[in-house]
Amino acid sequence: MITLTLNEQPNVPLEAEVLSPDVLAALANDEIRALPVYLGNRQRRVDDFFSVEGARSDELEIRGDVGKVKWIGRGMTRGRITIVGSVGMHLGAHMTGGTIDVSGNAADWVGAEMSGGVIRIRGNAGGQVGAAYRGSLSGMTDGTILIDGTAGLEVGMRMKRGIIAIGGLVRDFAGLEMKGGTIVMRSGAELRTGAWMVRGTIISLTPIQLLPTFSYASTYNPTFLRLYARHLATLGFTIPYEDQDGAYRRYSGDACVPGKGEILVWTGAA
Amino acid sequence: MDRRGVRIVDTFAEAFGMRAARVVITARSAAWARTAAQSMTGFATSVIGCKVEAGIEAELLPNETPDGRPGVSVLLFGFDADGLRGRLVDRVGQTVLTCPTTACFDGLPQAADRVVVGGALRHFGDRFQSSKFLDGQRYWRIPVMEGEFLVQEAFGVQKAIGGGNFLILAADQDAALAAAEAAVDVMRKVRGVILPFPGGIVRAGSKVGAKRYKKMIASTNDAYCPTLRGRTGVTSELPEGVNSVLEIVVDGLDRPAIESALRAGIDAACRPGVVQISAGNYGGKLGKHHFPLHALFA
Amino acid sequence: MNIRGVFIEDTFAEAFGMAAARIVITAVNQRWAHAAAVALTGFATSVIACKCEAAIERELGPDETPDARPGVAVLVFAMDAAGLGKRLVERIGQAVLTCPTTSCFDGLPDLPDRVSAGRTLRVFGDKFQSSKVVGGHRFWRVPVMDGEFLLQESFGVQTKGVGGGNFLILADDQAGALGAAEAAVAAIGGIPGVILPFPGGVARSGSKVGARAYTSLVASTNDAYCPTLRLSTDSALAEGVNAVLEIVIDGLDAEAIRKAMRAGIEAACRPGVRAITACNYGGNLGTFHFHLRQIMEDVS
Repeated sequence: MITLTLNEQPNVPLEAEVLSPDVLAALANDEIRALPVYLGNRQRRVDDFFSVEGARSDELEIRGDVGKVKWIGRGMTRGRITIVGSVGMHLGAHMTGGTIDVSGNAADWVGAEMSGGVIRIRGNAGGQVGAAYRGSLSGMTDGTILIDGTAGLEVGMRMKRGIIAIGGLVRDFAGLEMKGGTIVMRSGAELRTGAWMVRGTIISLTPIQLLPTFSYASTYNPTFLRLYARHLATLGFTIPYEDQDGAYRRYSGDACVPGKGEILVWTGAA
Repeated sequence: MDRRGVRIVDTFAEAFGMRAARVVITARSAAWARTAAQSMTGFATSVIGCKVEAGIEAELLPNETPDGRPGVSVLLFGFDADGLRGRLVDRVGQTVLTCPTTACFDGLPQAADRVVVGGALRHFGDRFQSSKFLDGQRYWRIPVMEGEFLVQEAFGVQKAIGGGNFLILAADQDAALAAAEAAVDVMRKVRGVILPFPGGIVRAGSKVGAKRYKKMIASTNDAYCPTLRGRTGVTSELPEGVNSVLEIVVDGLDRPAIESALRAGIDAACRPGVVQISAGNYGGKLGKHHFPLHALFA
Repeated sequence: MNIRGVFIEDTFAEAFGMAAARIVITAVNQRWAHAAAVALTGFATSVIACKCEAAIERELGPDETPDARPGVAVLVFAMDAAGLGKRLVERIGQAVLTCPTTSCFDGLPDLPDRVSAGRTLRVFGDKFQSSKVVGGHRFWRVPVMDGEFLLQESFGVQTKGVGGGNFLILADDQAGALGAAEAAVAAIGGIPGVILPFPGGVARSGSKVGARAYTSLVASTNDAYCPTLRLSTDSALAEGVNAVLEIVIDGLDAEAIRKAMRAGIEAACRPGVRAITACNYGGNLGTFHFHLRQIMEDVS
């Protein structure tokens, strides 16, 4: 286990993609301390901001309010990062494996374009969770992102596969242009959910406002949701799927694309 | 070797290398899962006559299935992976896709060889189908009148063994049947095997080819037919006192599964009225898997 | 027309001429007659992919069978007599010949058109078989390990059989559709001369001819009746319908199918069901039309 404790709060955002199990797994303590981080356009060292304990491990714990530290876990393929505190933008972007667990809040672009692994945010997240970067055709392609709190704009934008599950309210444009994948929202969303959706599934466990280009199809409990329920249950996130508890209203859209996506809205039994 | 007064002949069962797949069918109730499984495994007694051998392996509790509903596991045996693929597509398509409330999953996730089944059936959805990719597996959702049919895209195929067997030689038909039924009851509890014949038992054991017709693949095993004892042209293998013989054929995913089933079945068949337990083979030259009866109880 | 609040659509089921045979399987007890029947009728849901449609017609008591033992009657349907003959050889050979204690008889002894499936199967006896002629019919005795397999030589063919009688149950939800379908199947069971070839008697995946997206597909999902596709296609479903199930009936004649449809539709008109309709191809493909309202006339 390698433990980094924040001593010096950076005055502008710090880019720290070296903070990743793949980088740290083979390094001695002094090598870790000397790793480069970028304060604006200036190269600095990890130990300018963090005290470092441990070496040669793919388990990393970061303690402190690292809300201004960006790109932690970028591209990681294995191992575990635990952040005790809040974290900055681009957490786990492009990751393909391993786990990231954050006790506080996260900023925008959590898990952007990831293709594997699990990210868990116990607090709130920002916008563009699991999304495509501007100019990119798809967002996350696999992996699971769990957010206990709220999330911001454009969650899962252009997503292509994988799962995002959010406990708190989600803001506008969830699933914007998504081409596949599954977004589960326990507390619903604000406006324009599923705008330009091509394929994929958005599930809301509470009624939400829908665009006029989404049309009601039927009410049922789809069998495939039981597979997702089991998967999410292993991460502590439950979704209903039994007839006696209620059923999902299925809406097809977005007709203006035209899309073959769906929004499933849970209606509890009377 | 004797077991409770029944002689176990010092011979071996000769079985063949085959390929197998396992299909897990779930449904709203155990009864509907069973109905689909029965329809799927009917007319699948012998790979020569039916192109596939299939049977129900076990009933599954909700906590044993991928979607948490009651289910049934079915094993199918064929000569090769490609042939099995065709049979899976036909049978899942005709008997599971059509059956109310069912879903269909692969039961051999570790098998390296995969064949595309759901991926072929998806066309029934006429481009209205969609898929979900979860934990490295693709599942097809085919829209049907009842709602959706969920079927996994690819199914595993592994090496397996077909034709494990033993013969029950008894004093009369009642005793043979009672012994065979007792054997079937315990063998059905063994995982990794199926008994492809009706009710698990064969009454018309066959030999390769025929003596008096040309060009027949199989004909009655006259050496074991009680009514043919003493007929010209018949060299009977039946000891005195045997008036009825039944055979139990078992296909299994591997040797240990077949050995477990044979051991349990033969033991259950050693009952009053049974004279001998024997086994069917072709001199050891056709099939590469031999199951010597004595070794089962050594 | 409404029956107990369920709307009966003014439409008809379109069915086709088929060749049919009835096989009577007897055994030492019901368990074994049933085992053979289940093995014989598996994988026989639709003539296109399975080459025949087959199912258990009913159980028979010892007083109803040629050898006075418990039995099961099975009906088998194929496109024509020649195909039917081949299917009987295959299926009796694989599923009845092999099954302990069974005998196999023709269940349509008075019909003039016949296929000699028993004669073809007798060769399994390797010339050790013998026959007996009783009451003008020949029966083969094939020596097998458990004794003898008794098999009638020829089986009557009903050339005027009918396949594809049907009705659709449109319901509020899956549970409602299933309950109504199960009730319909129970009501039809026991009506002589008909079988329900789909698993448990119920088809959940009704199909249409061809496909709009794939040129070589023979049949594809009947999207007009798929509730999840309501706005993705030209839906035939009224508001509130979330699940549809189909009962398909094959029968030895049109009258038997009419009886079965009537009993089945009556039983399916229950709370949770909104409408009953039927499948047809415009009326130009199949010779037999079963008009729902005509059939239900005196019931409503």
